[in-house]
Amino acid sequence: MSGLQLGAEPKTARASRRARRRDEGSHEPSLFGVRTWTKTRLALACLFAAVAVFPLLYMVSLSFQPTNDIFTTHPTLIPSHPTTSNYVQAWTENDFSRFFFNSMGVALLTVVVTVVFASLAAFAFARYEFPCKELIFYLFLAALAVPSVDLIIPQYILMARLHLTNSLPGLVLIYTSENLPFSIFLLRGFFEAIPKELEESFRLEGARSLRVLTGLIAPLSVPALAVVAVFTFNFAWEEFVVASTLIDKSTRLTLPIGLNSFIGEHTTSWGPLFAGSMFATIPSILVYVISQRWFKRGVSVGGIR
Amino acid sequence: MYAVFIIYPLYRQFNISFYDWHIFPGASNPGVGLTNFREMFKDPNVRTAAVNTLLFVVITVPIQIVLGLAAAAILTDRLPGRGLLRGLIFIPVVTSWVVVAYIFAYIFAEQGGLANAFLSLFTSHPVHTDWLAHRWTGEAVIWIVSIWKGIGWSFIMFLAALDVVPRTLLEASRVDGAREGRVWRHVVLPSIRPTMAFVLVLLLIGASQVWIQVFLLTGGGPYGSTQVLLGVAYQQAFSFFNFSYAAAIASVMAVVVLVFSVVQMRLLRRGEVK
Repeated sequence: MSGLQLGAEPKTARASRRARRRDEGSHEPSLFGVRTWTKTRLALACLFAAVAVFPLLYMVSLSFQPTNDIFTTHPTLIPSHPTTSNYVQAWTENDFSRFFFNSMGVALLTVVVTVVFASLAAFAFARYEFPCKELIFYLFLAALAVPSVDLIIPQYILMARLHLTNSLPGLVLIYTSENLPFSIFLLRGFFEAIPKELEESFRLEGARSLRVLTGLIAPLSVPALAVVAVFTFNFAWEEFVVASTLIDKSTRLTLPIGLNSFIGEHTTSWGPLFAGSMFATIPSILVYVISQRWFKRGVSVGGIR
Repeated sequence: MYAVFIIYPLYRQFNISFYDWHIFPGASNPGVGLTNFREMFKDPNVRTAAVNTLLFVVITVPIQIVLGLAAAAILTDRLPGRGLLRGLIFIPVVTSWVVVAYIFAYIFAEQGGLANAFLSLFTSHPVHTDWLAHRWTGEAVIWIVSIWKGIGWSFIMFLAALDVVPRTLLEASRVDGAREGRVWRHVVLPSIRPTMAFVLVLLLIGASQVWIQVFLLTGGGPYGSTQVLLGVAYQQAFSFFNFSYAAAIASVMAVVVLVFSVVQMRLLRRGEVK
């Protein structure tokens, strides 16, 4: 798989691509025959993008509207009385900031643990022979096919027995185990693509196995590690079902559950709710935008072959 | 090296304990036997949920594939602003379900919702539909939201596949005088077949597991009429503490999905060989 370049790339890469394009000339056959349909395609692409982004822009707009305006029968797209009071209210009420940092901690810790364990396991799969290696690997792939929500009941029982309900490290444990199969799958493909000769010369200088992983393989695998990190971060950041099942102590709630507190039995404070939603959305979009530049190589080498 | 082989089995044990557990609780209690399963097939709630789940799969999966493929086809070749447009189309995928559910719940709200305001433009009297409070309008919202959030994923998969379609082949068949429709049917689609199979199977698995959006939007209501299978299982487990009944439902689902996706993978593979 290749061609996952999305949006911003480093400037040098873009310039060199442009140069290459010029060399190749414009006679690369298009998907649609002689005509390139540029205008029609542009219009349709903008339509797709607009539909994709509109609800989110609407949320941005609502988060700046005073609650009175939100409740009119004539919804407005551009706030007529813009205000930041929703943000202040969202951040200070209901322990929201605590939920934010709970989630941030859980997400970051999950990323670290997943990256460490997935690289160790992928390194073993890529470079060593051990009994039942392929069988074990296929067990992992099978785990990919098992939907995570199906596991919630046994997970709950298991965590209850381990006394890990109402515990944020407990969440990290579950999130890590659910992200490992895909991460190992992706990293193994990437590690195997690194030439063995490099490793051998590294070993000649006296490096041990772990040093090979941290000093050679990992630095060369930044794109794949970045993809793993992004997927894992987003998973942990937005996870709702497991968190709402395992956690009910109000100081340990995570952000997605915390957002729910703006929804009352009879009234919903939409303004703060959407401001809170912005706090929940910005980190994941930020992480995605920052990591875009690694996505292409990360998915193309390790992904489906 | 030691670290790899000591830590690895340790963590592996953790992993298996999470993943294999779910198959057993329903069956592990010999006193109950198959009662849970028999009860399941008589349960009207399960029946409604099964219908809703099936409808969800049949409606959302094809639309996500068609629209995702269309968007990918549009954005594969050079186009001004291509990178930005690609990024924007992918954004719903990285937005959290909770946030998405709130936005759409508001758009389809009875009072002050955009959907009603928009429809009111076309009618003489203002529309006051409480979308999420009725079965079929509720289902419609669930479908729309799911398709909206899902397109970006199939889009990116198809984008990667279309990018490596051999252009010389396209050219050759055009030189032979094939029309564009034929080129697509006989050259483009066959060459993205593996991706198509992958996307189809993963979407089917995902769609049959639909629940979070239902839970957040309608809560399965009114009176369970928009409930889906996983919702019934969750409710049985955590509202009624019928863990083994819930596990029975989840197990049957897992088996059906697994068999279905294996059969499908086989069929698609066979097609490839021909």
